[in-house]
Amino acid sequence: MKKMLLASLVAAGLASGAAVAAPAIDGKVKIGVIGDMGGVYADICGPGCVTATEMAIEDFGGKALGKPIEVVSADSQLKPDVASSIVRKWVENEGVDTLGGLVASSVTGAIASVASQNKNIMLISGSASNGFTTKQCSPYIAHWTYNVAALANGTVKTLVSEGKKKWFFITADYNFGHALESVSTKVIESNGGEVVGGVRAPLSTTDFSSYVLQAQASGADVVALANAGNDTVNALNAAAEFGLTEMMDVAGLLVFTQNAQAMDPDVAAGMKLTTGFYWDMDDQTREWSKRFKERHGGIPSMAHAGAYSATMHYLAAVEATGTDDPDKVMSWMKSNKPNDFFARNAYLRADGRMVHDMLLVKIKDKASRKSGDDIYQILNTIPGDTAFNPMLPECEFKY
Amino acid sequence: MFDINLFALSGQLLIGLINGSFYALLSLGLAIIFGLLRIINFAQGAMYMLGAFCALLFLKWFGMSYWVALFVVPFVVAVLGILIERFLIRPIANLDHLYSLLLTFGIALILQGSFTHLFGSSGLPYSTPAELKGGMKLPFMYLPNYRAWIIASSVVICGLTWYMIEKTKLGAYLRAGTENPQLLQAFGINVPLIITLTFGFGVGLAGFAGVLAAPVYSVAPDMGSNILIVVFAIVVIGGMGSIGGAIITGLLMGIIEGLTKYFYPEASATVIFLVMMLVLIVKPAGLFGKEG
Repeated sequence: MKKMLLASLVAAGLASGAAVAAPAIDGKVKIGVIGDMGGVYADICGPGCVTATEMAIEDFGGKALGKPIEVVSADSQLKPDVASSIVRKWVENEGVDTLGGLVASSVTGAIASVASQNKNIMLISGSASNGFTTKQCSPYIAHWTYNVAALANGTVKTLVSEGKKKWFFITADYNFGHALESVSTKVIESNGGEVVGGVRAPLSTTDFSSYVLQAQASGADVVALANAGNDTVNALNAAAEFGLTEMMDVAGLLVFTQNAQAMDPDVAAGMKLTTGFYWDMDDQTREWSKRFKERHGGIPSMAHAGAYSATMHYLAAVEATGTDDPDKVMSWMKSNKPNDFFARNAYLRADGRMVHDMLLVKIKDKASRKSGDDIYQILNTIPGDTAFNPMLPECEFKY
Repeated sequence: MFDINLFALSGQLLIGLINGSFYALLSLGLAIIFGLLRIINFAQGAMYMLGAFCALLFLKWFGMSYWVALFVVPFVVAVLGILIERFLIRPIANLDHLYSLLLTFGIALILQGSFTHLFGSSGLPYSTPAELKGGMKLPFMYLPNYRAWIIASSVVICGLTWYMIEKTKLGAYLRAGTENPQLLQAFGINVPLIITLTFGFGVGLAGFAGVLAAPVYSVAPDMGSNILIVVFAIVVIGGMGSIGGAIITGLLMGIIEGLTKYFYPEASATVIFLVMMLVLIVKPAGLFGKEG
């Protein structure tokens, strides 16, 4: 009985979904940017992702298919329910074709179940989960900037191959942290390393000193911080304070430029991390980042740069195919390579993963910084095919 | 889990004590404001955040050192608190407590939102003062000098505050003012002034804690809201308004939280609330509160 009830509920859900599954193929391009406008990820992909999207539209000429391109934006408040109802309103009533920004995997996951049903293209720039090209893969998702696997394949593999075989994890106790830890563990073990211990710290822990002591006692070579934002900063501060950084390496698995700027240079200097973009890489990145900074007030995160790049490629696809039909547009996006200051040696794979060069960087010490924005030294480039995991056959979409 | 290493345990106990002294300092301010003024100050966390930001900004703008900030910032925060009390809380002082709770909650949201708008959500770095860098090697752990300083200064400030309120004439006026303001006023004491200054003092303590926190925790707009709920729980456990109760409970909860982080870290964010539930069931007035 219970099963039947459940089945009918699911059926009802699918039916109501089917009823609205009609994308706005009206020859008018409208992009909805949804991000975290005032919460913990606001600096990563909030107002900055809106600015980056607007810049892309301006650089594209402001028009597609002969009509002005429209942008709307909203605050997800990092709440999946809030985000999915905003998106539902956008795509059902306001003619939004495509979604951009998209930060926090839980929120993006909720949006994906609305958008994929409705055939709305999602240009994911802020979220980390591998799920968007595995478990939750969809023909209409383009996961642009980075993902958990790329972080692990970049930072973790590098350190293991340098002979740092024993690892200890300080993991944020929610989905993202667990995913980052499990992906990293696979990389460690397949490269001959081992995990000697770990702790699961609740999200928004202020004081990490207790965990740092446990890490110290573990005898590991590397302490991996499988967390994000202020959790990473606080954990690193505690590690430095208790002398951990002198005994072993500390690896921040997900660090955005804004987080690196929040770290005391004396404490963070030397830490290696993987990023999808760094503003000071070459003339092309500097040119765009300078324009971004003039409008936004701070240097771009990889999510900001990714939002620009994804929007550009999407608009190019609309213009080339002469339609805003999501199937045709996605098909074009996947068969033509993006190439801009962000997307290096890049292509959008059939599963929606944007494969591109990632960077392994090191945080500079105080003495070698020329300004407050001068934070990374690029150590090497990780080719996209090494950084991202191979495609799953069930996610290979054809149009 | 049963393989308990004594050295590791002593380390965790000490860390618990350090965090506990922090909690004691913060809950003391809340307890004073509630115990003496009957105001539930939800802006206490924002004042703590403000203290940390002031230390950072004064360093940037005026090159003010940590040591000067430790004295100046609590005064600046206290003055802001006094203005809030005088012009916002006073007009609704005669209404239900709920109104001042909502008002201070609103103030906290506005402050946190403004700081996020101005400085971003990622936080800013503040270096440990050079004099307190490094640490000492104890038999069971490495104790950073700065942590030792946190515990020493918190204990001194808490002790002095407790002494002032419980043992001096000024403290007696304060306590009398809350028991029977009309009578005290009849003796020629300016009760409204006492109330304003007490609020300022309580808030100033949060500012002090903010400066103390700046070098060890990321200075970010949400640092206050993260810690406020825990501190509230501590005040409830100690007994709303009990000054000594707040201090002792703060230290105790730091230790309990520290041990949880060692034995079962997943529960470390909830253990204090669990204790709060148990205390409320067994002794609703709190461990050190007076019944009725």
